[in-house]
Amino acid sequence: MPTIVVDVMPKAELLDPQGKAVAGALARLGHAGFEGVRIGKRFELTVADASEETLAAVKTLADEILSNSVIEDVVGIEVVE
Amino acid sequence: MTARIGVITFPGSLDDGDAQRAIRLAGAEPVALWHGSHDLEGVDALVLPGGFSYGDYLRAGAIAALSPIMTEVKDAAAKGMPVLGICNGFQMLVEAHLLPGGLIRNAHQQFIRRDQRLRVENASTVWTSQFEVGQEITIPLKNADGGYICSAETLAQIEGEGLVAFRYVGVNPNGSLDDIAGLTNPAGNVVGLMPHPEHAVEPGFGPNTAAAMRSGVDGLPFFSSAIASLAAAAA
Repeated sequence: MPTIVVDVMPKAELLDPQGKAVAGALARLGHAGFEGVRIGKRFELTVADASEETLAAVKTLADEILSNSVIEDVVGIEVVE
Repeated sequence: MTARIGVITFPGSLDDGDAQRAIRLAGAEPVALWHGSHDLEGVDALVLPGGFSYGDYLRAGAIAALSPIMTEVKDAAAKGMPVLGICNGFQMLVEAHLLPGGLIRNAHQQFIRRDQRLRVENASTVWTSQFEVGQEITIPLKNADGGYICSAETLAQIEGEGLVAFRYVGVNPNGSLDDIAGLTNPAGNVVGLMPHPEHAVEPGFGPNTAAAMRSGVDGLPFFSSAIASLAAAAA
């Protein structure tokens, strides 16, 4: 069955404490060269049929429920067979 | 008339019982409400209690903010009903867009519990009228997702309109912008904060003070402020 993948990231201009903690850990372990780490979320929605209609519905859900537009951006919606 | 103040229980609420007790100690009648209902049972005010509704899945407070009863909560808030969101309840209020901005994982990534000093910044809200502006109070704080963030534009608006209700003093426990601990809406009927006033309402069970251990009752004026406001409105 097709899967619709929705990617959500914290807004670029806002704090990402989780990414900051991982960036700090990488630096402490001697892995140089990583200027920044940001952590987002990936949702996989399995659907019977990835029609245009379903995709439109997922776009609305991504904006209104899966993400909070005050603090996050939906950065990708794609169909994976 | 004894004011009736509803406390909504969500799956994962922890402090609904404490909120009911605080309301009783302040002199009102607590009314237990359920998230899955569409009935506010005629209450005069609402408390959204602390806890970890839906395990903080998706985002803290996000799934609870979509509960059936939240339709009625939003309607009532728009009509001026006093609504207090404590901790997870504050997270629900921002997720429901009843208050601006968002709450994210604490900057230090840890759960934190401490007796927190706060400064009252706005004493004109329904829930803070028995405080003085600039008054410092001690209220227990316990959370993992208490970092307040918003856009620079929203922050300028919040500060410009005096919508910061409480600020952290001494220690900023979670990295919140401008040390913001709590907010009010412009009308002053919807207030949310991360610390827990319902845990500082009875001598012997509150935070420590200089006078005696566990003697802090700085949370009581939250509830007595709302009760006084309801009594004045009814008179």
